[in-house]
Amino acid sequence: MRTFKSLICMLVLGAAWALTPAPAGATDLAPLVAPFAGGGFAEKIEAVGNLAASGEVRAAAILEALADGRLMVLAADNRLLIASPDGTSFADAITGEVVAGVSADSASAVTVNNRLRGIVRGALGGVTLLSPDREQRLRAADAVLKSRNLELLPILERAAASETDPQVKPHMDIALGAARLLSPDAEIRLQGVPLLAGHGDADVRSLLEGLAGKAADGSFAETDERVRAAAAAALEAGASRLFIQQAVEKVFQGISLGSVLLLSAIGLAITFGVMGIINMAHGEMVMIGAYTTFVVQECFRAWAPGAFDLSLFVAIPAAFLVSGLFGIVIERVAIRFLYGRPLETLLMTWGLSLVLQQTVRSIFGPTNQQVGSPSWMSGAIEVAGLSLTLNRIWIIVFAGLVFAGLVLLLRRTALGLEMRAVTQNRSMASAMGIRTGRVDALTFGLGSGIAGIAGVALSQIDNVSPNLGQSYIIDSFMVVVFGGVGNLWGTLVGALTLGVATKFIEPLAGAVAAKILVLVVIILFIQRRPRGLFALRGRAVES
Amino acid sequence: MRVTNPGFWNKARGVALAAAALGSLGASGAANAAETIKVGVLHSLSGTMAISETTLKDTVLMMIDEQNKKGGLLGKKLEAVVVDPASNWPLFAEKARELIQKDQVSAVFGCWTSVSRKSVLPVFEELNGLLFYPVQYEGEESSRNVFYTGAAPNQQAIPAVEYLMSADGGSAKRWALLGTDYVYPRTTNKILRAFLKSKGVAEADIMEVYTPFGHSDWQSIVADLKKFAAAGKKTAVVSTINGDANVPFYKELGNQGIKAEDIPVVAFSVGEEELSGIDTKPLLGQLAAWNYFQSVKNPVNTAFIKTWHGFIKNDKRVTNDPMEATYIGFKMWVQAVEQAGTTNVDAVRQAMYGQKVAAPSGFTAVMNTNHHLSKPVMIGEIQADGQFQIVWQTKEPVRGAAWSPYIPESAKLTADWTFPWVCGNCEKPKYAAE
Repeated sequence: MRTFKSLICMLVLGAAWALTPAPAGATDLAPLVAPFAGGGFAEKIEAVGNLAASGEVRAAAILEALADGRLMVLAADNRLLIASPDGTSFADAITGEVVAGVSADSASAVTVNNRLRGIVRGALGGVTLLSPDREQRLRAADAVLKSRNLELLPILERAAASETDPQVKPHMDIALGAARLLSPDAEIRLQGVPLLAGHGDADVRSLLEGLAGKAADGSFAETDERVRAAAAAALEAGASRLFIQQAVEKVFQGISLGSVLLLSAIGLAITFGVMGIINMAHGEMVMIGAYTTFVVQECFRAWAPGAFDLSLFVAIPAAFLVSGLFGIVIERVAIRFLYGRPLETLLMTWGLSLVLQQTVRSIFGPTNQQVGSPSWMSGAIEVAGLSLTLNRIWIIVFAGLVFAGLVLLLRRTALGLEMRAVTQNRSMASAMGIRTGRVDALTFGLGSGIAGIAGVALSQIDNVSPNLGQSYIIDSFMVVVFGGVGNLWGTLVGALTLGVATKFIEPLAGAVAAKILVLVVIILFIQRRPRGLFALRGRAVES
Repeated sequence: MRVTNPGFWNKARGVALAAAALGSLGASGAANAAETIKVGVLHSLSGTMAISETTLKDTVLMMIDEQNKKGGLLGKKLEAVVVDPASNWPLFAEKARELIQKDQVSAVFGCWTSVSRKSVLPVFEELNGLLFYPVQYEGEESSRNVFYTGAAPNQQAIPAVEYLMSADGGSAKRWALLGTDYVYPRTTNKILRAFLKSKGVAEADIMEVYTPFGHSDWQSIVADLKKFAAAGKKTAVVSTINGDANVPFYKELGNQGIKAEDIPVVAFSVGEEELSGIDTKPLLGQLAAWNYFQSVKNPVNTAFIKTWHGFIKNDKRVTNDPMEATYIGFKMWVQAVEQAGTTNVDAVRQAMYGQKVAAPSGFTAVMNTNHHLSKPVMIGEIQADGQFQIVWQTKEPVRGAAWSPYIPESAKLTADWTFPWVCGNCEKPKYAAE
């Protein structure tokens, strides 16, 4: 215990010393960083602590490079270098001067494991808490919260007191509150609790629960009664908010799953719903759209790597055209001979799906292709303590746009009018001078093209492999049949209902059982209402 | 061990493709039978498993090519007989029978999923064939007619969990076992659960979650995982998630901001090949346990990678653990045939025991009498370039155990195909083959 206390003392002294800027010099730094060049993980961890406490100006840069795997050792003389983020140029780790004539082969990255990386991030947080860059302070506050280090309490107090940015401030306060809880002084711990109150974040709540609850042996982990009471009150205050937050999170996940279902099913709502073709190759149209995205991105990578973030905007029309053309060709070459023979159509389109899969496999190979996410689709945003992933949000928006566009096209354009006329009464439409064959081909092309667009969106969340379409075909049929064949609004409501229902059942019963339950419910539902949620009425249905 | 839905689609596709495969077989089967030694290749080239198995087919062809360049085997050229079981499990059995009876192959290299192995097992035992199975699997099996060159649970799962429990691995105290719902993850997790309990992990600190095949919506499971990990104890994830579902899983982890320092994920089915389809920057530090990584530096591995790139004519293709297992199995078979002086299955089997191969892993792999290899165990962290950096490895090769000591029923059993045991699953020695 004595040694532990003296260690704490030393560390606090070290941290205090770190606050007084020390003159930086290459001679001081060299022995500090030497363990990175050859030591084991234990020595490296010690070196990180020493480096962080040294107060050297280069410390932050070296630690950052270490965490990112950019700290390199020159094979020839064990000299430490920092590689630039793109890996093309190298700078001396100690002096920061650019070193010319180093090839990537002659240096190897310093080995880092998860434990070391976590410690580096925490140490880096301590060093950068007072940084003028607000992004860096935000990251530092989060890193310090995770590393939970009492030594950093003095720096945190200063950082939190001087923090003025309204977005960084709450993060600083939470980190400060969590650090205060570690203090041996009950008064300071008591001051920490209010900073943590009212947050729905699971990590923060578990800290409070640790204070308020009993340990495994029945004794209180927290010895001071006032701190326990304050923690319990803080938990109570956050409880109702937590409940609402969780419900909102579930609904968001449900809508997100629903929008994926909607995207994959909406093309089928045209080919199967409007035209009545049981199109088993629908999934392959989705897959072709995803591969088109891949090809477009490859072109961007080769010729315009700077504009990569825009690649999806090119991929969307490209995928629509490619899948749409495939659809038109398929309709003209094969399907039109099989109208009114659903069984043969089913077999034919299914065989076609196998042909398309194997063709793609022969051209692109059986392995997954790498489709990148543009930067505006990566990561998450925080809304009232909920973290919502950006790619999901964009897919929801995108599904909405595609749906709206399709409804407008069917309702407001001449082509839409002709499509509806042909499906409602073919011979009458023909008599009115509509070229039904052309309309059939265009309608099927439209359905396929929309499937292609869905492929662009799905390439962002799923594998791009020849099997991509297979995993969506069953779900797509389920949505269309459940929503009501021939009704776009039914598809929308059906997809969202299934998505939200699945997400609410999943935590209760597990993912496997949720899938089974949803299927059973749909079977029962179809027994009661064979035409789905929104049944079409009128003569067209009777025929 | 990986498996994908053996549903209606696969079956019917299998029938369609069987016809095509039969045609090609007839042609190759008639070729000069006397002057060559035939080697069967039983890997899916179409259907859902083609993604993984096509590479292994190419690996066997590469090995045969190399051997023929050295003058063949016993003075004869080797000839590959490639069939396509099309990811269809019953078709695996049919194709296996065809290879052994009609083509009279001397040995078969094949299978990936456990269910396909179980499907061909009776055929190999009935016709006394020889199968080399190159994929890590759940153990609990030792057939006289199969040599298992992939990892058994004690060569992959158990060391990986021990690593995460160690200080270097982050001293994990709480465990989430995520898997796809089929035999390999269920059996592996059963062994792991028993193992964790023997290490004093409480029931409340283990979370076991299964998902359907090809699960692509991981939002709620990852959110649950976050909550599970927030309980104040270091949490680690052991993933036996099927190949196809991995990409969306890792994407969701990245998007929800879970880093390897916070919640490390160790995977048993994710290797270099699987990572070649994803942007690995958000996965930095996530772990995988194998017996080989492409990033291992030694002359055998350098030559292996060079030969592979030359054969496949693409410098970007990666190597992985099942490929290395295929390499070891093939080399061992060649050495055993040379030692026995014949391709007779019984003679070759006897010659296999104790056979040594300098493996690309940098260690010498040895075939044991329980038909499993002694191989090193390595834990690697994913790097930004899609390769693994080895953070831990065993000092010595580990002997593969067919029967896990952590499951009471299987702890009693012994697999040893030499005297006095002569048995793959016995409580008492049998003294002779049946």
